[in-house]
Amino acid sequence: MPIVIKRRPLNFLEKLYLPEIARGLSTTFKKIWEKPVTLEYPEQRPTIPEGYRGVPTLVKDPEGREKCVSCQLCEFVCPPKAIRIKPGEIPENSEYAHVEKGPQEFEIDMLRCIYCGMCQEVCPEEAIWLQNQFSLSGYSREELVNNKEDLYELGGTLPDEHFKWRKKKEAAEHGSGH
Amino acid sequence: MEEKENLITVNIDGQDLQVPPGMNMVEAAAILGKEIPHYCYHPKLTIAGNCRMCLVELGMPGRDRATGEPMVNKDGTPKIMWMPGPAIGCGTKAAPGLHIKTDSPKALESREAVTEFLLINHPLDCPICDQAGECTLQEFSSSHGRGYSRFIEQKNVKPKRTRLGPRVTLDDERCVLCSRCIRFCDEVAGDSVLGFTDRGSYSTLTCFPGKELANNYSLNTVDICPVGALTSTDFRFKMRVWFLKETNSIDFETSVGVNTVVSAREGTIYRVKPRRNDQVNDTWMPDSGRELYKQVESDDRLIQCTIDSLATSAVDAIAKASECLQGGGVAIVGSGQCSVEEQFALKAISDGIGAKGVYLVARYGKDDGILMSVDRNPNVRGALMAGLVNDLPDEQLGELGAKIDSGEVTTVFSVKEDLIAGGLTEDQVGKVKIIYLGTHENTTSSLADVLIAGLTQFEKSGTVINQQFRLQKFSRVVPGPGGAIEDLYALATIQANLSGESFPSTVGSLWKQIGTEGSVFEGISFQSLSDQGELLDGSAFEHFSFREGKSLHFEPKKEALAIE
Repeated sequence: MPIVIKRRPLNFLEKLYLPEIARGLSTTFKKIWEKPVTLEYPEQRPTIPEGYRGVPTLVKDPEGREKCVSCQLCEFVCPPKAIRIKPGEIPENSEYAHVEKGPQEFEIDMLRCIYCGMCQEVCPEEAIWLQNQFSLSGYSREELVNNKEDLYELGGTLPDEHFKWRKKKEAAEHGSGH
Repeated sequence: MEEKENLITVNIDGQDLQVPPGMNMVEAAAILGKEIPHYCYHPKLTIAGNCRMCLVELGMPGRDRATGEPMVNKDGTPKIMWMPGPAIGCGTKAAPGLHIKTDSPKALESREAVTEFLLINHPLDCPICDQAGECTLQEFSSSHGRGYSRFIEQKNVKPKRTRLGPRVTLDDERCVLCSRCIRFCDEVAGDSVLGFTDRGSYSTLTCFPGKELANNYSLNTVDICPVGALTSTDFRFKMRVWFLKETNSIDFETSVGVNTVVSAREGTIYRVKPRRNDQVNDTWMPDSGRELYKQVESDDRLIQCTIDSLATSAVDAIAKASECLQGGGVAIVGSGQCSVEEQFALKAISDGIGAKGVYLVARYGKDDGILMSVDRNPNVRGALMAGLVNDLPDEQLGELGAKIDSGEVTTVFSVKEDLIAGGLTEDQVGKVKIIYLGTHENTTSSLADVLIAGLTQFEKSGTVINQQFRLQKFSRVVPGPGGAIEDLYALATIQANLSGESFPSTVGSLWKQIGTEGSVFEGISFQSLSDQGELLDGSAFEHFSFREGKSLHFEPKKEALAIE
């Protein structure tokens, strides 16, 4: 059964046609003097609201430590399988040896990414964030696969409120009364 | 299973169950499909009862103290006297009339308390822990845990990267002190090197001074560790277990035929673990067998068929090999590393061309009395049962060498065996035309006139027959390299070219021929063969002096021992 939408019949003034044209033009002329609602993209850029899901990035904590421990949960949860991680061990002579594990390689294929934000949601270390960048382009497919360096460059530093690994190291250094 | 009359009745959560006397309650509950959570209990080790996770409520039918008469309820059923405190399920053995409650509020509350204690000093570093995903502590924390911690004091800190041995790394913080690894070393490996030091929450697993966990069974401690404390140095931080697809396989190292499960992701193998088979290897396997997967991607892998050292397609190489084999004066060197199906196809080829001799190369090593037998070929008995050879092989190909020298043999078809390592001289090998079907580079492959690149055990399916004459199957884990061809397909195509008739070239179709009436394989098909294998009638080979000694589930025949 087709749905029939009943339309109100035109009243007398509307049928005259000219008053309606005048009403339309008055709206047009009013808007000319108002602040435009559109942006002259790309010269002008919109302000990105909080919680926006842009390009996924990797971040470092204020100490400069890479937060990712390559647990591969984002790789597992990623619906379009855009994330590839090669886990590795942090060498014992490193400053962050107590973290033990970090990514050797980390790739996000932006041709596959659907910006769903599940990687950010699942990350137990708050290391992967969908940040403000929304526009990206490239000349080849390879260019649009972000490797570890690209991801850290895009991500930058984010505040860490927990410092869980630093606390762990301090506990190890000061011992536990034994 | 015991005789039916010997069974006794116990009652688990109100359900009566017939079990053999002495069976512990964790196993008995498992029969009913109920899981009693446990860490320290392991079906193949002695019972320690120190994790306290398997707490259940326990009761026995009461007896009147004065008269000794059984006490009854008003409705005539026996009155159950429940113990005031919970008892451990693994240490409770079946006794007539025993009642347990596995999911009563008291049992659950006890387990929740145990879980809270276990988590007090646990580091909760699941994101970096290799055990995550197959960790019983993780599982039981979600089923019996509180979800938050009431512990506000500082957690104990213990060493995170202790090297226990060449293949095992210990993370002491994660240890729940179940002592499975200690019991394994004492009872199965027979190499007591592990123990606990310190007391209470400072207890730490360590090696005895001056010792290390270096025996050939050390990685079994990693398998049985219920948490991520013992980790395999090889597999450490390589891949999360939830990505791995598991395929059943067989350890090709010795004639024991240890059942394994191979974990791979996207065509790459990451680890090999034992698979439980109570008739062969229980739940154990040697460390050396876990390294075998490395052959798949080794540098000396053959990935291209060649004719006269020039790269060619597998189809051309097979056609050229068939042509060479028609020339007469052919000797065949088969292998105890081949599957039963390949040996069957090779037998058909040798019969068809009237081979001047069929040889196998024996490999013998040291016997450890557990899961490494003397015979280091996994399938010599397969060659015997397929009729490829009629006697046990020698370690050297001396007879073949003599035939080459006399000019009787002008072409040698070698499957997987290096002729130089088999005792022929380079001079002898140079005299004859060599067709080689193999997986890795060696002197024979470099001298071969026709080289067919084959597949390793991880890239094909098939069956092998172990020292007990147990037929066991292994399955393809990963696809083979592009230039290589499946061994059975190559052999079947050669046979088809030689005979002019078709020959089944897949394992499933070949088994229709192998399993025909009258053969020892009658009634068996590849599809129906169970993962636990099937014991074949090996009585026809009883008079052979097999060299294998006693091992975990194997007693050598007495006559064979007498000959030795």
